[in-house]
Amino acid sequence: MLWETVKLSVQSILRNPMRSFLTVLGVVIGVAAVIAMVTVGNGSSAQVTSDVESLGANLLTLQPGQSRMGPGSSDGGAARPFALSDVDAILDQVNSVSVAVPTGTQSIVAVFEGENYQTTVTGTQNGYFEARDWGLSAGRLFSSAEEKGKSVCIIGETVRDELMGRADPIGQKIRIESLNCTVIGLLEVKGANTFGMDQDDTVIMPFKTFARRIAGSTDVSSITLSVRDGYSSDRAIDDLTALMREIRRIDPGEDDDFSVRDTAQIAAMLSSVTSVLTGLLSAVAAVSLLVGGIGIMNIMLVSVTERTREIGIRMAVGAQASQVLLQFLVEAIVLSTLGGLLGIALGLAMGAVGSAMLNVPFIPDAGTIALAFGFSGMVGVVFGYFPARAAARLDPIEALRH
Amino acid sequence: MPVDPSGDRAAKIATDPPLIEVRDITRIYGTGEAEVRALDGVSFDIRPGEFVSVMGPSGSGKSTALNVLGCLDSPTSGHYLFNGVEVGGLDGDQRALLRRHYLGFIFQGYNLLPRTTALQNVELPLIYKGMSREERETRAIAALDKVGLAQRAHHDPSQLSGGQQQRVAIARALAGDPQVILADEPTGNLDTKRSVEIMELMVELNQSDGITIVMVTHEDDMAEFGSRLIWMVDGKVESDRPTKRAA
Ligand SMILES: Nc1ncnc2c1ncn2[C@@H]1O[C@H](COP(=O)(O)OP(=O)(O)OP(=O)(O)O)[C@@H](O)[C@H]1O
Ligand SMILES: [Mg+2]
Repeated sequence: MLWETVKLSVQSILRNPMRSFLTVLGVVIGVAAVIAMVTVGNGSSAQVTSDVESLGANLLTLQPGQSRMGPGSSDGGAARPFALSDVDAILDQVNSVSVAVPTGTQSIVAVFEGENYQTTVTGTQNGYFEARDWGLSAGRLFSSAEEKGKSVCIIGETVRDELMGRADPIGQKIRIESLNCTVIGLLEVKGANTFGMDQDDTVIMPFKTFARRIAGSTDVSSITLSVRDGYSSDRAIDDLTALMREIRRIDPGEDDDFSVRDTAQIAAMLSSVTSVLTGLLSAVAAVSLLVGGIGIMNIMLVSVTERTREIGIRMAVGAQASQVLLQFLVEAIVLSTLGGLLGIALGLAMGAVGSAMLNVPFIPDAGTIALAFGFSGMVGVVFGYFPARAAARLDPIEALRH
Repeated sequence: MPVDPSGDRAAKIATDPPLIEVRDITRIYGTGEAEVRALDGVSFDIRPGEFVSVMGPSGSGKSTALNVLGCLDSPTSGHYLFNGVEVGGLDGDQRALLRRHYLGFIFQGYNLLPRTTALQNVELPLIYKGMSREERETRAIAALDKVGLAQRAHHDPSQLSGGQQQRVAIARALAGDPQVILADEPTGNLDTKRSVEIMELMVELNQSDGITIVMVTHEDDMAEFGSRLIWMVDGKVESDRPTKRAA
């Protein structure tokens, strides 16, 4: 009898293609919207997390000046830079830090066989690669002799592309300002960071070479640090702050004239932003699911009203109320399931396209899929069932009068 | 086909126990000022194999009486026994079973399912009898054949004339092998020629298949196809006598 009922229901669905289509459409839109939004939201969060991790997980940056959030921001320009001795002092006295290297950057033009390319040069030491968690795809790091001021550099993939295309850069000489330097290494591709800056668009050389030949001073404009395993970044920040206040002779009660930036903080801030965004998207999706649900409800209600006469006919020829109900229930389940499956397919497709367009990973969420599917199915069933029950409770003659 | 209630058949009908016993039935719609006594103390018996015509002015309660007999409607008071069983004591599901196994309906407005073929419409009662697909189809085709519509089995009601639709409805009523067919103005929408065809079919069902028929009609000519005529006025039975043909 159940199989009979399923066949009856399918017949009845096919008998009213327009009504069936509208019912299904409500479910499809609701389910697809939720799945697409959550998929794209998930992808975006995952992207942000991996972006932040690409900065280096335990990375700290010490900068002169107080960087404040909000209006009236940084007075960094006026603050005293650091000195190389500060770096040594940190390595000597701050246990919670495993790497500390001076870091200076400057915008320059790199020239290779007549190709000019505007990029940034960073002067630093080998520890920088460790702190940034950045390996080489070819070549080698600086030797200790080179760190004392030799004309060598390690370049990023973008610089290599712009200057020499796919050619092997190792051993090539590029000119940076007045400096002819030999390329000894090629950095692994890191891609754009969270702010959209191309991290591979860079040239890195020993700090001393940079200070002497590019910057023209041994001032240290920032210090790149790595928190030692087993220490918290808060602890490292406290230690650094104490030491720097002492070195820079800042009286108690006076503000720091330097600041420590923590990638973990940035990560937390960004992930709170994306979780707000994901929340918003989910809210929009929930609304569309609700609207889809109301659509189903309407069509089910209309359909039962329209079909009260049919219910009367079926009961007149001997159907029991429970059989009529079962038929309506199965019909609603078949339609909602069909709509749900179509919605899942459409939602995943939209999610895939959206993720590709936003350049984020495609991460469908099984829980959301199940939830959206279950919800629309339930709406279909509930609103198919209750009006049908009301109709089936009538005396057949009442139902026939419709 | 002339009705011949004389002889053995008529004698047997007269002595059989009644199939339907109606005692002092009322059906009241509304309350207070707006109260309408659609049936106001109706009593009669119908024996197996009878062909009863019900006539009366509009609003006299004919349809109401037929609906009560068909368990489509419940009386306000009184007793209705079908095959000796008190119908008032049955619940909705049991009355559905009674309709399913013993009764067939023919409505003035046909009441076919739209966008559903003649065959599927005729199969409808058989589905609820739990028959297999093959058996249903065989029976439905046989029933359609009986009303001369086997050729139209796969047509929708919208593709059929009024007379053809009514014949589909008759096929549906008789496919389930009922003891009683209840027909409410089955020829109400048809011209005389079609009406006579339908009535001849009814007489045949009554005489060859022994199906008891209760038929409401407004037309004297149609009522004359029956063997007995119940005349109703204001919810009461005013007269109950054999038809001229039967007399
Ligand atoms: N659902 C209802 N609600 C209120 N009054 C009703 C209802 N159905 C029937 N009636 C009233 O009951 C009375 C009998 O109605 P019924 O339909 O049985 O008459 P009828 O003899 O079949 O008439 P007709 O020949 O016009 O079909 C009428 O006065 C009618 O108005
Ligand atoms: Mg009537």
